[in-house]
Amino acid sequence: MASDPYITLEDVVFSRNGRPIFDGVSLSIPKGKITAIMGPSGTGKTTLLRLIGGQLKPDRGRVVVAGESVPELGRSALYRLREKMGMLFQSGALFTDLSVFENVAFPLRIHTRLPEDMIRDVVLMKLEAVGLRGARELMPAQLSGGMTRRVALARSIALDPELIMYDEPFAGQDPIAMGVLVKLIRDLNGAMGLTSVLVSHDVPESLSICHYACIVADGRVIGEGSPEQLRQHPSEQVQQFLHGYPDGPVPFHYPAPAARADWDICEVSS
Amino acid sequence: MIDRIARIGRSGLEVARSFGRSGLFLAGVLAGFPRTSAGFALLVRQLYAIGVLSLAIIVVSGLFIGMVLALQGYTILSDYGSEDAIGQMIALTLVRELGPVVTALLFAGRAGSALTAEIGLMKATEQLSSMEMMGVDPLRQVVAPRLWGGFLAMPLLAMIFSSVGIWGGKLVGVDWLGVFEGSFWGNMQASVEFLDDVMNGVIKSIVFGFVCTWIAVFQGYDCVPTSAGISSATTKTVVYSSLAVLGLDFVLTAVMFGSF
Ligand SMILES: Nc1ncnc2c1ncn2[C@@H]1O[C@H](COP(=O)(O)OP(=O)(O)OP(=O)(O)O)[C@@H](O)[C@H]1O
Ligand SMILES: [Mg+2]
Repeated sequence: MASDPYITLEDVVFSRNGRPIFDGVSLSIPKGKITAIMGPSGTGKTTLLRLIGGQLKPDRGRVVVAGESVPELGRSALYRLREKMGMLFQSGALFTDLSVFENVAFPLRIHTRLPEDMIRDVVLMKLEAVGLRGARELMPAQLSGGMTRRVALARSIALDPELIMYDEPFAGQDPIAMGVLVKLIRDLNGAMGLTSVLVSHDVPESLSICHYACIVADGRVIGEGSPEQLRQHPSEQVQQFLHGYPDGPVPFHYPAPAARADWDICEVSS
Repeated sequence: MIDRIARIGRSGLEVARSFGRSGLFLAGVLAGFPRTSAGFALLVRQLYAIGVLSLAIIVVSGLFIGMVLALQGYTILSDYGSEDAIGQMIALTLVRELGPVVTALLFAGRAGSALTAEIGLMKATEQLSSMEMMGVDPLRQVVAPRLWGGFLAMPLLAMIFSSVGIWGGKLVGVDWLGVFEGSFWGNMQASVEFLDDVMNGVIKSIVFGFVCTWIAVFQGYDCVPTSAGISSATTKTVVYSSLAVLGLDFVLTAVMFGSF
């Protein structure tokens, strides 16, 4: 890889309620680039972001962000590190008791001592970037799903972080908003040298903007590289995911007992 | 059989674990007493939500309880020709006992359940997580103002409850049933001690406020982040708070008034 990594995961093992989610994931995310993390639903992409953000601790292995080992950080050091991170939650996670404007202003009010008129300018700029400057007075309950996510995006870039993690930014967006978001993510990365981690199912969009991509399935990284390298990846699993073939080595089903046991089907001997 | 013992042991461990968790949680939150002006504004907003918005129910209940006390007291005391002592009876009952206890029960139902549901919903919708990821400690930003708001609001509400109750007692006793007003207030002043009665009542309400708010915010923060989890946490808040208040009331009363 060309530039030095901003995030490194080494042999991370993580399980939830005794069910293994990651079984030795190693991954490095280059600084100042857009890295896409793709994978079937339920493989733990959101979990991966939470491990990077220090909200979950791995059972084994190392998670290093900006040179600091996240699981070993104390509370205040972790909170300082997080000021450099922005994260767009899959559900948006807007504060329901604050208006759109106040939601975006929230991190600014907490972490900076900007005067009120500057906060106003910054907030309106961020809202303009996601096309929602006119929606500043609305409350989160009055927004559609796609708008919610765009407000959340504006909020997560309010502090101009070094690292931004997008969890499914494209889900629920119409084609125009999608195009705007793709451009926005690319611009943020280009203009500010942001390290971006993009979690998404939308293979064409993701591959069109990322510099580097990896596919997670079955608790492991099954393929990584530049978009071209991935498209020519020899692995059947990778090809199945990229093209969305319904059948193949990647299971569509959540682990289940044998179908025969569930439906009480007797074996018919032929 | 062995299975059953194991199950009892497991639930015992679970109880011990949740006590431990709530203790750690409390320590973390108490350290978050607002020090900045922004934190102070949050506290004021919670004092409003918890205290001021509970005023209506507290005032109305206090009024009715005072009036009922006067009616009941009058029928009993007039049998002995001592209906003049009604002021004293109402005041002592309210200040020592009913003020703190009934306020705490109403507080658990009105403010405690709202606190649990609010924090639980913020957890379920990932608002607390997203706060963490912004480098903002939700214990400090969300939980501490609510906890301190509850601590401060509850003793004040109990005092208001007792005062309104005494006034309601006077309405019924003096203005309706015709007890002589001078003896109503005079007997009350002669028999209610500031330290022994009023302060003990205040101490009770401080303890109840502490316990009720602690239970409410902890249940919200610790709930299973789903709608079913939130509703069961809200129920637990009301049940645990009520039981804790009644149990503690017995203990405190025994300690304060039990020696004679
Ligand atoms: N709080 C939780 N407790 C227990 N298991 C969980 C919890 N959250 C997620 N899981 C499990 O972890 C696995 C990974 O979840 P995660 O949300 O990371 O998936 P994902 O890759 O983000 O999926 P999607 O693309 O659908 O968002 C899932 O199989 C899920 O069952
Ligand atoms: Mg997810």
